[in-house]
Amino acid sequence: MAEPHPHPDHLWRNPEPRRSYEVVIVGAGGHGLATAYYLAKNHGITDVAVLERGWLAGGNMARNTTVIRSNYLWDESAAIYEHSLKLWEHLAEELEYDILFSQRGVLSLVHSQGDRREGMRRVNANRLSGIDAEWLTPAEVKAFCPIVNISPDVRYPVIGGTLQRRGGIAKHDYVAWAFARKADEMGVDLIQNCEVSGFDLDGGRVRGVHTNRGLIAANKVALCAAGHSTVLADMVGLDLPIQSHPLQALVSELLEPVLNCVVMSNAVHVYVSQAHKGELVMGAGMDPYNSYAQRGSPHVIEDQLAAACELFPIFSRAHVLRTWAGIVDVAPDASPILGLTPIENLFINCGWGTGGFKATPGAGWVYAHTIAHGEPHPLSEPYALERFTTGALIDEHGAAGVTH
Amino acid sequence: MLIPCPWCGDREDIEFKYGGSADVAYPRDADAVDDATWARFVFFRPNPKGQMTERWVHTAGCRRWFTLVRDTVTHQITTA
Ligand SMILES: Cc1cc2nc3c(=O)[nH]c(=O)nc-3n(C[C@H](O)[C@H](O)[C@H](O)COP(=O)(O)OP(=O)(O)OC[C@H]3O[C@@H](n4cnc5c(N)ncnc54)[C@H](O)[C@@H]3O)c2cc1C
Ligand SMILES: [Zn+2]
Repeated sequence: MAEPHPHPDHLWRNPEPRRSYEVVIVGAGGHGLATAYYLAKNHGITDVAVLERGWLAGGNMARNTTVIRSNYLWDESAAIYEHSLKLWEHLAEELEYDILFSQRGVLSLVHSQGDRREGMRRVNANRLSGIDAEWLTPAEVKAFCPIVNISPDVRYPVIGGTLQRRGGIAKHDYVAWAFARKADEMGVDLIQNCEVSGFDLDGGRVRGVHTNRGLIAANKVALCAAGHSTVLADMVGLDLPIQSHPLQALVSELLEPVLNCVVMSNAVHVYVSQAHKGELVMGAGMDPYNSYAQRGSPHVIEDQLAAACELFPIFSRAHVLRTWAGIVDVAPDASPILGLTPIENLFINCGWGTGGFKATPGAGWVYAHTIAHGEPHPLSEPYALERFTTGALIDEHGAAGVTH
Repeated sequence: MLIPCPWCGDREDIEFKYGGSADVAYPRDADAVDDATWARFVFFRPNPKGQMTERWVHTAGCRRWFTLVRDTVTHQITTA
């Protein structure tokens, strides 16, 4: 890990929007900010504005549980998530900001023969892609994470696990602020309280966006609106195969260090890590219904706490401090959509659903390339919108698992 | 969230399964439609911010399907 940098006393300017930009990015979450940073850094394009309807990184970027890993099943996914993980490994130095990236290992518990086959297959697939992956026996699970209950007398005994040692967590706010600060330094305008309400079209091409702060012209417009992607796409008649759902998470009060890694279980539906400050951070599956409400149903919380207490009896006396939800944009194959659209100069990045935090640097990198060159980066080519017509889906329901 | 089952009345949402958007019609002339039309039928659904007409099934109750209109921002339900 990087040497801790002191917390900077200046992060970004709050400029008035100019009347026109080369590139306008819609949405200042992690992906919008990373895209702006790499446009400036990798492509020398600094005439860029990032427009945000609320405050900077107050959407899913503020609400996610920060699990980072690259152990997805298919080659296309392995390539893009591993690209991202490699960027994470040097991000603190690059952004000169201690983002508290901690490669403490991501352990996925296995409770059934079906899980076991899926887990072993994924370990083998990951190794063939050059990604670190290990299969653990229950005793090895216990040795790696001593507080896991591996007793055979529970409802869903642990029969093994997969481990990605290079996986881990980071501090989500710092990541957003670090990208924002560097993008701002290179001349990018970060504009908060600026909601895009429509698009300025000229035939089949976009020339700008309508906002509550007036018309802003742009040669290129890049959407990065996560849960609100279809709301924006509907404004230009662009159909996306995306559904928006609540995804909840919760934290306990601050505790002494008890959990040394990230643990997830697809079968009993919970995942947990302990944040740097000491709170247990937990999540589970998304709520099944469509929603833009940023809240979900209490039984989802109840189920994940029951699962957590069975896996970690030591948690049974901990208190829940806070629960919340974000709005996640889910695609039918649990993989993102990143690339061009039928509308000229309009680009789309969405569908990261429950797992896009880990992709923040990687997605920003390939999206910036796609925008700068007007054609897909090789890593994002498989993620084009056309795949739903050609049938070349990238089905990651197994690896996307519970969520994250 | 309380879901009004037309047969059982208001019940907690945990008793139900969600069926997504209502009114998704199977392509009429199934042998003749092209890939783009199939893609739309299989993968694309409305995702409105506001009123949504949707299907629910009362799995842990009467097990019948029904349609209702729910606001996706307030979760307020009005009947279809
Ligand atoms: C509870 C929860 C837990 C999660 N856990 C994990 C995890 O452990 N690991 C992981 O990898 N991923 C996780 N995710 C997913 C991850 O948070 C998202 O995939 C990722 O943050 C999406 O990219 P973003 O940061 O750019 O989105 P956001 O931060 O949501 O950014 C989108 C921005 O667009 C803005 N916007 C929308 N409409 C407009 C408009 N009309 N005009 C202007 N601005 C607009 C929004 O206000 C928002 O700020 C989790 C998500 C949630 C909700
Ligand atoms: Zn009923």
